[in-house]
Amino acid sequence: MIPGVDGFIYPNEVELQWGLLVVLYPYITGLVAGAFILASLERVFKVEAVRPTYRLALLTALAFLLVAPLPLQLHLGHPERSLEMYLTPHRSSAMAMFGFVYLWYLMVVLLLEIWLEYRADIVRLAQTTTGWQRLVYKLLTLGSENVSPEARRIDDKVSYVVTVIGIPSAFLLHGYVGFIFGSIKANPWWSSPLMPIVFLFSAMVSGIAAVLALYMAFMKVKKMPLDMGCLDTIAKYLFYTFVIDFSLELLDLVQRTYEADESFRTLDFMVHTRLWGSQVILQICVGTLLPLALLAANQLWKFSELRRKAMYLTASLLTMMGIFAMRWNVVIGGQLFSKSFLGYTTYKVGFAAREGLLSAIGLMALPFIIVVVLVKLLPPWAEGKPSENVVG
Amino acid sequence: MDLSRRDIFKIGGKLLLLASAGATFDEILGAAPPPEAYRMADHWWGMIIDIDKCIGCGSCVRACAQENQVPAGFFRTWVERYQVEEGKQPLVDSPNGAMDGFPPSKRTDLKSFFVPKLCNQCASSPCVQVCPVGATFVSPDGVVLVDETYCLGCRYCVQACPYGCRYLHPQKRTVDKCTLCYHRITKGLTTACCENCPTGARQLVDFKNPKDAVHEFLRNNKVEVLKPYMATGAKVYYKDLDGAVR
Repeated sequence: MIPGVDGFIYPNEVELQWGLLVVLYPYITGLVAGAFILASLERVFKVEAVRPTYRLALLTALAFLLVAPLPLQLHLGHPERSLEMYLTPHRSSAMAMFGFVYLWYLMVVLLLEIWLEYRADIVRLAQTTTGWQRLVYKLLTLGSENVSPEARRIDDKVSYVVTVIGIPSAFLLHGYVGFIFGSIKANPWWSSPLMPIVFLFSAMVSGIAAVLALYMAFMKVKKMPLDMGCLDTIAKYLFYTFVIDFSLELLDLVQRTYEADESFRTLDFMVHTRLWGSQVILQICVGTLLPLALLAANQLWKFSELRRKAMYLTASLLTMMGIFAMRWNVVIGGQLFSKSFLGYTTYKVGFAAREGLLSAIGLMALPFIIVVVLVKLLPPWAEGKPSENVVG
Repeated sequence: MDLSRRDIFKIGGKLLLLASAGATFDEILGAAPPPEAYRMADHWWGMIIDIDKCIGCGSCVRACAQENQVPAGFFRTWVERYQVEEGKQPLVDSPNGAMDGFPPSKRTDLKSFFVPKLCNQCASSPCVQVCPVGATFVSPDGVVLVDETYCLGCRYCVQACPYGCRYLHPQKRTVDKCTLCYHRITKGLTTACCENCPTGARQLVDFKNPKDAVHEFLRNNKVEVLKPYMATGAKVYYKDLDGAVR
């Protein structure tokens, strides 16, 4: 008997191939896509109430996007060969497109939109700051210091177009990550045409929750008052998106249960044993039903400001945890059962290993550090005017 | 005839020269014809497995491990023992891939048989499809190979293989799998596993060779590939494969 193995598994299946770092990859890209879509609410769909978080959402998306390839890089057996994905991509591979989708999103969408949004600020800061800061801002102007009303009008137009392109791009980025899993016919836990769309909606949920929590945290640190109208609106959108996301997941569950194909007994047993804690308790009960209840209550009743803040913060943190659990259950759960459907293996996270807990904590902390730096460098809010952006 | 010592040396020298020239000439023209060069386009490799002949001795597993320096705990080929009770989930085991064979079964009342497993050398291989850099490929003679100087070690192919035939080589950090002993079959030899099977349960076959035994085997027997619903174009055919086998 092999420790950690129950029943029969193929002998090469004892060790999991994709561990904690691969769990982080869809989680982080999901946060990027979700944060961007929240930003686009204001920009394209003219939801003015969420304007105070527009810039923060863009910076959050950028911070997470910068970190997104790192877990994959650390996971590779030969990280030094990763450039081959760009140089000699294999066209039939779902994974080969990652580099291109990533670069498109980073360079064409996000960086361009942030630069256009902040251009006037950057020019102003380049003129008003001194020393190395001045140099940084000077560089960031990219040599364009024209901030005449006419130039800003063009900026605004281009930025609008970029956001319009950005929305399908964000969908592509995360829908594509879902396809990486959903297209594996060998694995019934992953193989589903619903996977890209479930990933997409869960991405939106986690991204919106992250921006909500970050907005509250930044306002607290900066001792600026929260814009409650903004919070209420974001919470409302979080609720709607979450309802769609959960419905899609339930649809998947109902379909699987009703069809009950040859893999069903194996997967059902796994959910009731090895995944009980992470899926039923953490993902569904604590990470979905509880935040949904908190958000739903706010759609039905009017609570005091203090209570709403507490409920929104709790809901967004639980949501982020729940979506992380969802990524865990997809990635790890998909490897705990044997493709013989006759047995199960176990996953143990290493601590100080290359793909261990320490690396994961470091990688998860990194985007938050980056976002703090970005907020310092490119302030999203005029100090003392929380409900307005610096640029009007 | 009187021969001086000088004459003897002269004649001897000439003979020696002639002999060595003859030998060189022979070498240039070739006494025996050179072995026929291996042409990939002339072959399409696969394997046939007769389950009834497999005795679960594990010779194939040991031979493969030795021939290919397979790291401990990983398997390019392995043997599974199925014990099937009517209406129940089959009992399956493969202790250390059957490297040392099997312990005697505790149940003698069950339908019991052995199933050797290896890479199915799929023609429409899902592992090849997903490789992001094309490091794994189907060779023109139908063998699924990995270029270990090119593999990123992302393990997407391991996830995509429905049969559990791939693993990450712990030292090389690249994906490793059965090569159908490519270094042997291209020299006219059979695979290490086939060569060492004492009952002839597994046989290397060449579908492009009209004289190969595979054609008669496929014509005269009820055969099946593993997980046919995966539509991978598997080229390892099993005779009388039981429905319980996964």
